[in-house]
Amino acid sequence: MKALAARRHHRNAPVVVTLLALLTTGGLYAALAPSTAHAAEPTANDIAAGGKLFQANCSTCHGPAAGGTASGPSLVGVGAAAVDFQVSTGRMPMAASGPQVIAKPPTFDAKQTAELAAYVASLGAGPAVPTAEQVDPSKGDQATGMALFRTNCAMCHNAVGAGGALSQGKFAPPLANATPTVIYEAMLTGPQSMPVFNNDNITPQEKRDVIAYLVAQRSNATSVNDLGAFGPVSEGLWAWVLGIGTLIGCAVWIGAKSS
Amino acid sequence: MTTTDSAFPGPVDYLDQRTGLGSAIKTFARKIFPDHWSFLLGEIALYSFVVLLISGVFLAMFFVPSMNETVYHGAWASMQGVTMSEAFKSTLDLSFEVRGGLLMRQIHHWAALIFMAAIVTHMMRVFFTGAFRKPREVNWVVGFVLMILGLAAGFSGYSLPDDVLSGNGLRIADGVTLSLPIIGSYMSYFIFGGQFPGTQLIPRLFTVHVLLVPGLILALVGLHLFFVVLHKHTQYPGSGRTDKNVVGFPLFPIYVAKAGGFFFIVFGVIALMAALFTINPVWDYGPFDPSPVSAGAQPDWYMLFLEGALRLTPGQLEVVIAGFTIPLNVIIPAMIVPGLLFTALAAYPFIEAYATGDKREHHVLDRPRNAPVRTASGVALLTTFLVLILAGSNDIIATQFQLSINDITSVFRVLLFVGPAVAFWITKRACLALQRKDRELVLHGHETGSIVRFASGEYIEVHKPLNEHERWLRVGYEAHRPIAIAPAEDSRGVRRKGYRRDRLRQRVSQFFYEDRVEPVTPTELAAAQSHGAHDAIAQAPDALPQVESQPVGGGQHLVTPNAQVTPDERNL
Amino acid sequence: MSAHDSSTHDGSKDVVVHTSDTLPERFSNPGHPEHHLRRSDQDPRANKRAELQVVVLFLISVIGTIGFLVAYFTVTPAGTPSSIRNSNLLLGLGLFFGLMGIGLAAVHWAKSLMNDHEKSEERHELRSPEPVRAQAVEVIQEGVADSAIGRRGILKGAMVSALALFPLSIAVPLIGNIGGNWNVSTLKHTMWKKGTRLTIDPTGRPVKASDLTIGSVFHIIPDGLDKTADPMEEKAKAIVLLIRLDPRDLKIAPDREGWSYDGIIAYSKICTHVGCPVALYEQQTHHLLCPCHQSTFDVADGAKVVFGPAKRPLPQLPITVDSEGYLVAQSDFHEPVGPSFWERLK
Repeated sequence: MKALAARRHHRNAPVVVTLLALLTTGGLYAALAPSTAHAAEPTANDIAAGGKLFQANCSTCHGPAAGGTASGPSLVGVGAAAVDFQVSTGRMPMAASGPQVIAKPPTFDAKQTAELAAYVASLGAGPAVPTAEQVDPSKGDQATGMALFRTNCAMCHNAVGAGGALSQGKFAPPLANATPTVIYEAMLTGPQSMPVFNNDNITPQEKRDVIAYLVAQRSNATSVNDLGAFGPVSEGLWAWVLGIGTLIGCAVWIGAKSS
Repeated sequence: MTTTDSAFPGPVDYLDQRTGLGSAIKTFARKIFPDHWSFLLGEIALYSFVVLLISGVFLAMFFVPSMNETVYHGAWASMQGVTMSEAFKSTLDLSFEVRGGLLMRQIHHWAALIFMAAIVTHMMRVFFTGAFRKPREVNWVVGFVLMILGLAAGFSGYSLPDDVLSGNGLRIADGVTLSLPIIGSYMSYFIFGGQFPGTQLIPRLFTVHVLLVPGLILALVGLHLFFVVLHKHTQYPGSGRTDKNVVGFPLFPIYVAKAGGFFFIVFGVIALMAALFTINPVWDYGPFDPSPVSAGAQPDWYMLFLEGALRLTPGQLEVVIAGFTIPLNVIIPAMIVPGLLFTALAAYPFIEAYATGDKREHHVLDRPRNAPVRTASGVALLTTFLVLILAGSNDIIATQFQLSINDITSVFRVLLFVGPAVAFWITKRACLALQRKDRELVLHGHETGSIVRFASGEYIEVHKPLNEHERWLRVGYEAHRPIAIAPAEDSRGVRRKGYRRDRLRQRVSQFFYEDRVEPVTPTELAAAQSHGAHDAIAQAPDALPQVESQPVGGGQHLVTPNAQVTPDERNL
Repeated sequence: MSAHDSSTHDGSKDVVVHTSDTLPERFSNPGHPEHHLRRSDQDPRANKRAELQVVVLFLISVIGTIGFLVAYFTVTPAGTPSSIRNSNLLLGLGLFFGLMGIGLAAVHWAKSLMNDHEKSEERHELRSPEPVRAQAVEVIQEGVADSAIGRRGILKGAMVSALALFPLSIAVPLIGNIGGNWNVSTLKHTMWKKGTRLTIDPTGRPVKASDLTIGSVFHIIPDGLDKTADPMEEKAKAIVLLIRLDPRDLKIAPDREGWSYDGIIAYSKICTHVGCPVALYEQQTHHLLCPCHQSTFDVADGAKVVFGPAKRPLPQLPITVDSEGYLVAQSDFHEPVGPSFWERLK
């Protein structure tokens, strides 16, 4: 238990540092990003409602003014995209500590999430939630997306987004159920271990290409069962269990005396 | 003009006069082979090799072994406009545009995985039953070389599509080659025709994969089967089976039907897997490029032990001596460890013969329990490979079981040494225990579950003696004893030449045969039967004063001890 | 290792031997057991039923093959994943039934209808009998005498020399050409040189220092890679990871002052273990993980190894900013990139 507790402390420090870094990112983004058309500007009411939700559910860790505490980073300047990613995937509010914060059924509905995002965005400029058009897979090119995914993402998330291992129990999650918006926000904000892929690295158009590839990939299996797309390890397991297993079963039948 | 009253019809007569076909038919058509499911494991390997040849010829019609660059404009949407090698493009085309091409490709790859798995299970059968003993040591070595060639065939074929996954495998192969002292960089140039990746490798691997290795495999398979015919097949111990005979069914018609039918079953199972399960979807990995890599970067299962060895070895082992770099962190796991394991495997028949000092031919197999040290050694070797294979899958294990990859690696580092030792000890004790159980059964017979009461009020359970077939299976083996050697000094006290060599051999022999359980002798059985009161009753049930039939342990009636059970379980 | 108990070691010790004079030392083989008839041998109806089963199995095969052909001509793989999937499934199932029907039929026939009396055949020792051995020796001796090879030393020497030398005419050209130009010193250098711009893989866009936010990672190739003679070989050595850290987190070795730019740092992407692309960057811990063998490098501390089978840190590419604000290399790497080899330090 002691070791676990020590680790927990150890892990929080980088979180703080990173979110500080994100803050800087947000600032830079605000300065450099081309102004994107927002789908619906949040109203003052939204911000007020979000503030209430924040006080009730988030302030224990992130501080009453979202300035951060020892157990949670400052959220000033992380932007609406980061809030939408964390809350809509159920990662926040965090339930239990472990090697990394894991996704779960979300605590808040879409409206509450938008209000929270509006509140945090009002505290300091940061990346906004992408518009439906920005994440529309039909507007992206999956071949370009695949090339980008291969170079920038496949090493952690696996070639088709089936997920993969990181160090010390952390992992890159599978992407099969991630919505286009969430994929976009993850690239933009770099949650947890994931690096940031800002718009100078992967442009908004390229991000949409990546989304197009990942969405197309979900129906791209060339056989009935793709064995989880984990590669040669699962193939080898199936060759032994099913292939050799069945054949030995047949051999026993052939070798047995007929009654 | 030949005689007209020949037994042969026209065409057979024609052939016989030119080939002597008649003698061959007379010799081989009714040749006897023993029947047992485990004798079919080698056939799985042989048949999956035939499936590999059939599907491989199909694929070779459409595959272009070239690393020249081209741009894809075919059917697969996520590859549109992507620059790739001709090899990769032709792999996509033969999968998506040749009808049945994807099926053939998946059949080829599944057959390759099953081919190697069948070779390993076949080797396990031969090892654990002692089928490698004289006169079959040479054929064991032939089989061992076939396994190595299977690895070469698999690795060279896996790399042909020129995709990211196999390309990184080649990159690892290059890294391992570079680690060789003195000649490493030259060997790398030798393989790749210059720097990695070059433009020569795919054509070279293609030649290796479709000509060189299959040619060698075919030739050695021929030799392997020739030896099987020459030696006649081994048989499991049992009544009527000796080292001087072979008991079973004739080649024609029983094995023509059984073995011929089994070919279709093997092909059928592989076809079913190819119909249902994706294997090596290279279009998911993309064309080779030195920069990308994907999570789950592993070779096919039969190379995983190497991958695991590389993952487990800590980096501190790399040393620099006099300015020359010696990457022992690569040399040890990639060359020394597999070298030792494979040498031990290939040399085992000779090591055991050395320890046994037995020069006779053996055609009746051992039950694995009757050779405890051999069985334990085999299990220890398998455990070593299993740990390495699991270590090679550590990232998949980490994500599937939500463990830390660092912890898994540390555990496997320990298990690699502890696992085989523990497996050896447990297996050896289990073998000895099973032998004791056999003795017990022979001496005291089956428990019948029937309780009888004597006039005196004493209750006993009736034990039914084994019939002669059941007994023979358990007493027919020979427990080797450690070899005896001449003393170190002769009668005049002069130290004997060659004593040290003999003593070493005796030590090895003691390791093998110090602990052993001897089979029951007729004398022991007679003694046990005259001692045990209940066995005496069992021999003469009519003399029982009262019989109270109580269903205990599933038994319903007092079984007449003389009733013979069917001998069909003799090979269990 | 003497766990064996005495009773199993020498069974006669603890039993009273009454009859050892009359009993043999070992049991003897009781001979072939009695043959048991199968149901189909005894019951004509069972026999008929088995025959019918075999016929049905063969017919299943015929139907399977017809199904395969129907699927071949009617289900066209039209480029979409679902059509490819359907074609593969139907062809595969047709082939499966076509093959399995034959296999099961043949085996069932053999098991239930063919004569199942076990037969026995004698074995003979492989060793040639002594007279044959003697004859073999004689034959060889005659041959040696006929050739008189034993007495002709010079001839023997000449023959051995000729046979030993002739393979060279195959081996020399093969070895001469197979390694390309054999110039292994190229392993030690990459195409990076002073002023080469860092560009994004695979698009080739040049990168400005301001493009990188903290926590971001760029996969980099050198500018002009496409125009080189062997882009693949150059790329395999020159790929770089460009990462921006908070400058306060970065530990810079004294001899590497000025190799990074405002927290932006560039390392070779090729693992120093066996050469996989090391590409998993965890931005919170600043660790780079290799997916092939899990070597882990600390980007904040000179990319030194913190876990796994690699020994050496990843080589660092010294970078700076040119007059237009683009990131450029200061020079090539200061050490060979990639896996270790014998002469890498020479």
